[in-house]
Amino acid sequence: MPVVEAEQLTKDYLTGFWRKVPKRSLDGLTLEVRENEVFGFLGPNGAGKTTTIKLLMNLIFPTSGSARILGRPPGDPSMLRRIGYLPEQPYFYDYLTAGELLDYFAQFYGYDAAERRRRVDRFLERVGLASSRDVQLRKFSKGMSQRCGLAQAIIHDPEAVFLDEPMSGLDPVGRREVRDLILELKREGRTVFFSTHILPDAETLCDRVGVLSDGRLRGCGAVEELVSMEGQAVEIVFELSAGAGLPDGLEVTRTGDRYRWQIPEADLYAAIDRLRQSRALIVSVIRIRPSLEDYFFGLMKK
Amino acid sequence: MTTVRIIAWNTFREAVRDRVLYNLVFFALLMMVAAILVGQISIGIERLIIVNLGLTAISLFGVVMAIFIGVGLVYKEMERRTLYALLTKPILRWHFIVGKFAGLGLTLLVNTAFMTAGLFLALYYVTRTLSLADFQILTAVYFILLQLSLLTALALLLSCFATPIVSLVCSLGLFIVGSFSQDIRAFGEMSQTPWMEGFATTVYYLLPNFGAFNVIAGVAHGKTVPVALILDNTLYALLYIVAALLSAVAIFSNRNLK
Repeated sequence: MPVVEAEQLTKDYLTGFWRKVPKRSLDGLTLEVRENEVFGFLGPNGAGKTTTIKLLMNLIFPTSGSARILGRPPGDPSMLRRIGYLPEQPYFYDYLTAGELLDYFAQFYGYDAAERRRRVDRFLERVGLASSRDVQLRKFSKGMSQRCGLAQAIIHDPEAVFLDEPMSGLDPVGRREVRDLILELKREGRTVFFSTHILPDAETLCDRVGVLSDGRLRGCGAVEELVSMEGQAVEIVFELSAGAGLPDGLEVTRTGDRYRWQIPEADLYAAIDRLRQSRALIVSVIRIRPSLEDYFFGLMKK
Repeated sequence: MTTVRIIAWNTFREAVRDRVLYNLVFFALLMMVAAILVGQISIGIERLIIVNLGLTAISLFGVVMAIFIGVGLVYKEMERRTLYALLTKPILRWHFIVGKFAGLGLTLLVNTAFMTAGLFLALYYVTRTLSLADFQILTAVYFILLQLSLLTALALLLSCFATPIVSLVCSLGLFIVGSFSQDIRAFGEMSQTPWMEGFATTVYYLLPNFGAFNVIAGVAHGKTVPVALILDNTLYALLYIVAALLSAVAIFSNRNLK
């Protein structure tokens, strides 16, 4: 059974003084997230990522279309028991300590006091906040709030976790820890659906990604599959012999005596011929694997 | 109902941590000063003054708390986005509304209980005795609690769709007009104009009749509150609270949390 099924999910917001001008934030999103995969939801700011997650979490309601999570409609309490959610830039009750906040949320899952205490300790430890158990949340930095948000999202060992920009506000160490946590969750058999605009993170972590732009899903699939659609390129590294000039019209990067020239794979032999005519010394020819970033920017340009 | 209880307890804890109950210190000071002064300047009407002052203060302190906290109950959570994590726990939206109402209700109950104890202490200090008739004060306190619960439900309803400042003005307006709704009806009858009379009567029935809960003067004079009035007011408050909460739930359940 798919963990997330979205069918033509559309969301319009009413804008303007009289709230009569509809602005489409999400346009006919059809998407499926499978069990035990890490799914990355990519897109620039304002693409509709948070809108999608909020629709799935039943925090906002669709203008049209439908969604199901673990086979149940959004907002169904039996389904909510099986998922966890980290909001974007989370903000919690600042009069509570981290321990109290987690204990408060854990109560909704019916754990007794002893079990809650065990879980609070375990999950604060897991997100690196064990020493801040009794610190009020008003004294937390952005990164600490983010970690606390992660802890509350997984305190009940959910089957699927929805993380909205989990790396935002974190320093490089924190980002690394969140990446490790996502991989751990996958190893434990959970499904992770997260939105991000940090492409290298998505490339490292995701089994599949969906790319959203202007509210529309522009591409969706396994990272390998998507980047292979970008077309292959090669990089030729060469040196010029003494007295020889650089052939006209070459877009190259110079590093010391060496020149790097990136061209589509199909143009390789023609390029080699040109270099041979210029009596350049070819040092290496390397195939360049397109990155998710190349794919992403390729889509954005279209 | 467990989820409602959890939310209610957290709302109470928030009020306590936000030092809301500090108003008890002001109340205690007020009663101490009043008790000392009354003993010196009034002869024979000490009880009347202390009961009047005490019950009025309990009512006013409670009204201020109910309105100022009530108008932010839902709005504040939406603005600060603390609701996002909460509503994705296995709860329904009506649990949140009822939990918030119960939490503030508990806060008001505890606050009122302490103030009532303070009033009895002051009364004992002044009169050096407590008679059975003095316990009529508890009926007046019960009416104040009904009034505060109704006001909380209305403030909570407004909080579901209006900003705190708009809710504050509306709640306060409703309380003031509702406290004089019998006068509005009497004014309509005096006007002897059919449309004015009809308008005043409609307003009288639509607005919450806060004036009906005010038995402070009677109790201060040692009068007994009729059982029929206790039953009427209880039923009236319950119906109004249920209607206000149902409306709040209906609005909040269909609200997009941006």
